[in-house]
Amino acid sequence: MDAVLRVFRGDKDGGAAVDYAVPIAPGMVVLDAVHYIQAHQAPDLAVRWNCKAAKCGSCSAEVNGRPRLMCKTRMDALPLDKPIAVSPMKSFPVIKDLVTDVSWNYRVNKKIPPFQPRAGVEWKMYQRDVDRVQEFRKCIECFLCQNVCHVLRDHDKKEEFAGPRFFVRVAGLEMHPLDGVSRTALLKDELGLGYCNITKCCTEVCPEDIHITDNAIIPLKERVVDEYYDPVLKMVRRIRKMVAGRAT
Amino acid sequence: MTDRFETHEHDVLIIGAGGAGLRAAIEAMAQDANVGVVCKSLLGKAHTVMAEGGIAAAMANVDTADDWRTHFGDTMRGGKFLNHWRMAQLHAQEAPERVQELEQWGALFDRTADGNILQRAFGGHTFKRLCHVGDRTGLEMIRTLQDRGVAMGFDVYMECAITRLLKDGDRIAGAFGYWRENGRFIVFKAKSVVIATGGIGKAWPVTSNSWEYTGDGLSLAYNAGAELQDMEFVQVHPTGMVWPPGVRGLLVTEAVRGEGGILRNKLGERFMEKYDPRRMELSTRDVVARSIYTEVREGRGTEHGGAYLDISHKPAEYVKRKLPSMYHQFKELADVDITQGPMEVGPTFHYTMGGIRVDAETGAASVPGLFAAGEAAAGLHGANRLGGNSLSDLLVFGRRAGLAAAEDAKRTPAPVIDDAQIAAGEREMLAPFEREEGESAYEIHHDLQQSMQKLVGIFRVEEELQQALGDIEALNERMARVRVEGSRMFNPGWHLAWDLRAMLRATEAVTRSALLRRESRGAHSRIDYPNYDPVWERQNNVVSRNGDVMRVRQEPVTEMPPELKELLKEGK
Repeated sequence: MDAVLRVFRGDKDGGAAVDYAVPIAPGMVVLDAVHYIQAHQAPDLAVRWNCKAAKCGSCSAEVNGRPRLMCKTRMDALPLDKPIAVSPMKSFPVIKDLVTDVSWNYRVNKKIPPFQPRAGVEWKMYQRDVDRVQEFRKCIECFLCQNVCHVLRDHDKKEEFAGPRFFVRVAGLEMHPLDGVSRTALLKDELGLGYCNITKCCTEVCPEDIHITDNAIIPLKERVVDEYYDPVLKMVRRIRKMVAGRAT
Repeated sequence: MTDRFETHEHDVLIIGAGGAGLRAAIEAMAQDANVGVVCKSLLGKAHTVMAEGGIAAAMANVDTADDWRTHFGDTMRGGKFLNHWRMAQLHAQEAPERVQELEQWGALFDRTADGNILQRAFGGHTFKRLCHVGDRTGLEMIRTLQDRGVAMGFDVYMECAITRLLKDGDRIAGAFGYWRENGRFIVFKAKSVVIATGGIGKAWPVTSNSWEYTGDGLSLAYNAGAELQDMEFVQVHPTGMVWPPGVRGLLVTEAVRGEGGILRNKLGERFMEKYDPRRMELSTRDVVARSIYTEVREGRGTEHGGAYLDISHKPAEYVKRKLPSMYHQFKELADVDITQGPMEVGPTFHYTMGGIRVDAETGAASVPGLFAAGEAAAGLHGANRLGGNSLSDLLVFGRRAGLAAAEDAKRTPAPVIDDAQIAAGEREMLAPFEREEGESAYEIHHDLQQSMQKLVGIFRVEEELQQALGDIEALNERMARVRVEGSRMFNPGWHLAWDLRAMLRATEAVTRSALLRRESRGAHSRIDYPNYDPVWERQNNVVSRNGDVMRVRQEPVTEMPPELKELLKEGK
C-alpha cells in the first residue's frame, strides 16, 4: 500500500506542497518516508535529522499541522486515506523545504549566564535534589515548544521573549543544588517571562515529556514574583534603600 | 583568489562538534587560542548526543577497589593488546578528573546514596565504573560541553562542511568547505587543525550511526598525507533494534545488560553460557555480537533474526528510571513494553576503533599542524573498544589534542595558502552539477552498503574481502559519473555525493587492512584464520597514500614498559 506525503518544497521566497507516493512498511515513521522520497524521487529534498531515535531533536516539523519529531511519528498512527501534510516549523523562517532557520534560539541561549558553583561548595549532591533538575536536562533542543508557543508563533515577540526552551534551561540552572547565580532579573527584564500566560501548549508538544509549564515556568514565575512583587519584601527593600541612602 | 570566498582566520580550527571537538575547543580556548569549530549539523546534535550507557572512569565511588590500573588492564585486554599502551594508561589515569570537571561545569550525574557520582556495571569492566545519567549520558555530556564553550565564547560554524584540508608546504594551513544552507564556499586559515569527526558507520546499512558518520575526517586527513591505523577493526554493537525495518540498527544500550538484562535465543536458552560462562551478558562487545550472530545463523534466532534481551524481571519503575529512553524507544517505535517482555535485538555497526594514526600524548598526526581526537583517532581501543570507554576517550584526548594544537599554533607563523588548492577544492565540488547525465549518489551509497554488509561484516573471509575490493573499485568508477540535481542550497544529494567519496576511501582502508590481517582478534573475525596469531599481536596495520594508490604496511606495536606488563600479568 502507498501513502501520499504532501511535502512543502520551497525557500524563503515561497513554494508549494508537492505530493509523493511512498510505499508503507511496518513500523514506518514519517522520517523514513521522507528518506524514501530523497532516495527515489527528490534527492535535493532538504531535511534535518541525525539520530532517528528521538535523542537529538533535529527532525522537527509539522505533520498534518501538528508539531512533531518526524522520527517518532508513526505512519500507522496517521490517517493514510488522505495525503499526509509535512511542513516546516511555522515560527521560524524557512531556509529550504523542511529546514528552518533556528539560529535565533542559539542567540537567545548566549544571554543566559552559565552554571557557577557557590564559593566553597562541597561537591556532594543527592538524588532527591537532582531529580527535578534532571527533568529539565532531558531537553533535546528540538524547538517544538518554541514553535508552538503563541507568544512566538502568533505574536513573534522574539526580541522580548526567550520562549519555553530557555525557561527550561534557566530552571535547570536556578534549581541546580550547587549553583550560586541568580537569574531572576534576567528572566523578568531580558527573557520576558511575564509574556507567558501558561497555556501549556509547550508542555503538550514536548517529545521528552518535560512538564515545562508546571515544573519550570511556574516556579520561575514564583521566584520573580517573590523577588520583585512580594509586598512585604518590597517594603523591606524600600526601607533598606532609605537606610542605605542615609548612610551615604 | 582567496578573496573570492568568505575567509576566516583562527589559531586552531576544530572540525567536528561532538564530545572530542568541544573538549578540544574548550582546552584550546583555555590556552588563549582563537578557536573556530566547524560542524555539519546544528550545535549539540553530534553523535555524542546518542551515547547512552555512561562514561568509564575509575572513580571507585561504588566499587572502592577500582583504580586506574584495573581500568588500564581491562582496556588492554578488551582491545586484545593492540592498543597503544600509553593511550590506555593516560585514559585510565585522567578519566576521573575529566568527569569531575564536567560536574564542575554543571553536569548532573545520577547519585550514590552518599552524594557521589553513581557508577554502573558494563561489559569487560571488572568493576562498576560507568558514570551515567539514566540512559542519556551523551546528551548530558554534550550539553555541558556546549554550554561551557558558548560561555567561553567560541565561534561555531554550524551546518558547514569541510571538503579539503589546505596546506602550506608540508604543513596544515587551513580548510576549505561550504555552508550547507546556501552552498557558498568558505575558506579557513588556521595554524593547526583538530579532526574530531567520528567514524564510518554509514558505509553499512545496519548501523547505529547517523548520516554524519561517513569517515569524512579520515578522508580529509588521508588526502592531506596523514596515516590511518587499525582500520580493520570496526565494532559491531551486539544489541541494535531489529524490528520494525525502519528502526533496524538503532542502538539498544549496553546499560540494559549492565542493569541485569538477559539474552536468550528463541528456544529460551541463555546462550551466553556457551560462549562466555564467566562474564555472560557482560562479556566484551565483540564476543556478544558474534554469539548473537552465531545463534541466528544456526537457526536459533528470533522471528526477525535476532535474540531476545529481557529486563522485565526487574521492577517496572526501576526499568523506567534507569532506562527511560529504551522504554520509550521500544514502546513508541516497536510497540513493545520492555517492563513486561523481552526486546528483539541484533548486531549493528557502531564504532570505528581505527582512525588517524596519532601521537599518544598529543593526538598529533603525521602531518605537521594536524591533530585528531576521539573516534576519528586510532590507538586507544586496539582491536575492540569497551563500552563507556568512548565518552572518556573524547574527554581525555579531546583535551590533550586541544592543548597540543593551541601550543603548536603559538609556535607557528600565519600560514600562506596558494590559490591553486582553493580552485581545486571548488572544482571538485562543482563537477557533479555540471554533468548532463549520471547516477544519483543515493544509488551508489545503497550499493556500497549492501556490499559492505554482505562482504565485510562480522565474519570475514579472503574471497569475500577480495570481492569487496572489486566492488569498491567499481563504485569509485561510478562515483566519477555521479550527478547532482537541484541547486547548491541545502542539498542533501550534493552532500552525499561528497561524503560517498570519503566512505569509499574508508571502506577501502577497512577492506585492505582486513585482508592483510590473517588472524581473528577482537572485532576482526576471519573464518579462514579463526585463531590468534602471536605475530599479528605485535603489529598494527598502517594505511597511507602514495599518489592515487592506497598502501598498507605493518608497524610494530609500541613496547609496553615492564611495570605495566607486570600489571597485566597480575590480572589487574
